[in-house]
Amino acid sequence: MFRKWTVLLLTLCLVMVAAGCGGKDESGDNNNDGGTTNAGGGKVTINFMHLWPEGVSAGQNKIVNQIINEYQQEHTNVTIKQEVLDNEQYKNKLKVLSASKQLPDVGVTWAAGFLQPYVEGKLFAPVDDLLSGDLKDKFVAGTTEAYNIDGSTYALPLEFNIAPVYYNKAIFEKYNLKAPQTYAEFQNIVKTLADNGVAPIALGNKDRWTGSLWYMYLAERFAGQETVAKAIKGEESFKNADLLKAAGEVQTLVDQKAFVKGFNGLSNEEAKSEFLNGNAAMYLMGTWELPNFTTNEEIPQDFRDNVGFFKFPAVDGGKGNVNSWVGGPGVGLFVSENSKVKDEAKKFVEYFVTKWGEQSVTGAGVIPATKVDTSAIQLPQLYIDLFNEMNQASSITLFADVQMKANAAETHLNMIQALFGKETTPEKFAEEHDAAIKKGS
Amino acid sequence: MDKVMSNKKMIALYVLPSLILILAIVYIPIVLTGYYGLNEWNGIGPMKFVGLDNYTTLMKDSKFWDSAKHSLLLAVFSALSLIVYLAIAMVLAAKLKGANLFRKIYLIPMLLSSVAIAQLWLKIYHPTSGIMNTFLESLGVNNPPAWLAEPSLVLLALFIPILWQYAGFYILIYYAALKNIPTSLEEAAKIDGATSLQIAYKIKLPLVLEVIKVTIVLAVVGSLKYFDLIYVMTDGGPNGASEVMASYMYHTAFRAYDFGYGSAIGFALLIICLVATWIIRKLTVTKDTIQYS
Repeated sequence: MFRKWTVLLLTLCLVMVAAGCGGKDESGDNNNDGGTTNAGGGKVTINFMHLWPEGVSAGQNKIVNQIINEYQQEHTNVTIKQEVLDNEQYKNKLKVLSASKQLPDVGVTWAAGFLQPYVEGKLFAPVDDLLSGDLKDKFVAGTTEAYNIDGSTYALPLEFNIAPVYYNKAIFEKYNLKAPQTYAEFQNIVKTLADNGVAPIALGNKDRWTGSLWYMYLAERFAGQETVAKAIKGEESFKNADLLKAAGEVQTLVDQKAFVKGFNGLSNEEAKSEFLNGNAAMYLMGTWELPNFTTNEEIPQDFRDNVGFFKFPAVDGGKGNVNSWVGGPGVGLFVSENSKVKDEAKKFVEYFVTKWGEQSVTGAGVIPATKVDTSAIQLPQLYIDLFNEMNQASSITLFADVQMKANAAETHLNMIQALFGKETTPEKFAEEHDAAIKKGS
Repeated sequence: MDKVMSNKKMIALYVLPSLILILAIVYIPIVLTGYYGLNEWNGIGPMKFVGLDNYTTLMKDSKFWDSAKHSLLLAVFSALSLIVYLAIAMVLAAKLKGANLFRKIYLIPMLLSSVAIAQLWLKIYHPTSGIMNTFLESLGVNNPPAWLAEPSLVLLALFIPILWQYAGFYILIYYAALKNIPTSLEEAAKIDGATSLQIAYKIKLPLVLEVIKVTIVLAVVGSLKYFDLIYVMTDGGPNGASEVMASYMYHTAFRAYDFGYGSAIGFALLIICLVATWIIRKLTVTKDTIQYS
């Protein structure tokens, strides 16, 4: 009797061992893949994880597939395996994968604060060699810097965004309003619209960074770009009189009913639909929204024709410059430090960035981080105007939550919601910022 | 077969696979989470052992205790709503015309995914075009509140869909328990002249008491670790007004890159759930289970 069970148990053990071996076999194969690459000419698989699903970012998705197909045709030994996730899921998955050191060979990352922990954990490979190679001088000034940590660049930017205030020309005309040149004019517009029962500004502050854009502009216009930059670095207190004024101005706007009702509970998407439906007159958002106002067929033509933009107006007596923009590079491509096909992956990134610059302008309506000759291609006027503005920009202030380290960024974003919701005072707002930035990490 | 089942070793063998799975997927991660809680870790780089630092910070963290308060409030509301569900189940279990239809109506919310429910209620609560405010305005209410943006209202506004979501589940459990009561007991009571209220209170209630105890634990623990609707509808906002323990844990670990502290919160959440279960067990202990037949 006893023997029978021993045999059974042994069989079970064997099954488990076999299963274990199976797992090892697979990883062995991967190693072989890497090995043959070095020998050259063998089959190479590059894993590429990105965040442009077909449903949400149709334009980008098409370009990605096009570029990959072309690359595979030119390099027949290379297979590029895509993994596509939605924005938030993408961020989460990247973190989980990095904890187990299983990042894809090539992936999408954000700049500055987002990048920092990955670089400190030695998970991303420096791409300085690419920057000094064929891609030298191809990037718009100031874009690659955001990916630079301690002297090395860890990702190549794909997009470059600034945030203008879009406005609905039809609504403005109806109330006899013109795009504002000064902040006083802007306040007058807010007042006129609010008095007439039209929501002046669409804001989805559930997402928090949306409100941060407004604060950043006011901070820049009141205190000047340098002070803002210093405050975020911790070299200047947020209790600076001009910065306090900016925070106070946010609350004045709230009191004037400048933002749509219930903005703290609305997502950016919901707020955007208020603007798209013509329920709200203005919308401060990045240039990534441009396709919706120019080429996106799903949005009615008469609405698209009615969208204009203006620069965030200068404040009387403020230290800021009307040509200074809040913005920054969007996403960039990284190469995993632990990748077994690092060289191949880098070649692919180089190729991708170049092709992306050529195709994304017309295909997806995004502004690429690489220099593009706009005179050679047919573009919507709104797009060209913004492009010209960008070339005249005196400075670009990077989005606050991207600049700050993760912990401080969380505090910043929560305090933004509190400030807009009038649950805190400008002084308390400043205090919390100083404390969070001092704490670091 | 009986022979096989009476053999202790055989039992062990059959239990083993699921035991290994549960150990690997549930218990080992719990221990690991407790350990991560002792470290300073951004989830990516190397860990730094800091002893009980995270847990002492947690004790003094007002944000955590606020979120715990919100979770507890939800637990209280969920437990109280059980009374209503029980009453509804009793009505449905009585031989009522159309009871079958109502049972299905109550159950349907449970079949919807949380995200769908969240989207649905986001539309209902929309400050300008939502059904809720359109309805209130038609009643003549001036300037109805923006439900999800008011710190004082947001929790209440979230509790309604959360309770609504699980109503069908509890009603179904009670319904099944009530249907199990032999009809002979009810008939005997009727012959003795008991009113239907007396039957409900003196006969049905004691007989489903065990089920009630289980549902209280389910409702309370489920509320304490509740996450999904809140994550989709408000993401803990505005400024933490609707933050619950699970969402605070998520934000700390995945947004602020503080996996060490996030793990500590997760571990504290586990302990709070265990303590709550233990207390409920103690409070609802009865000397012996009642049996009428």
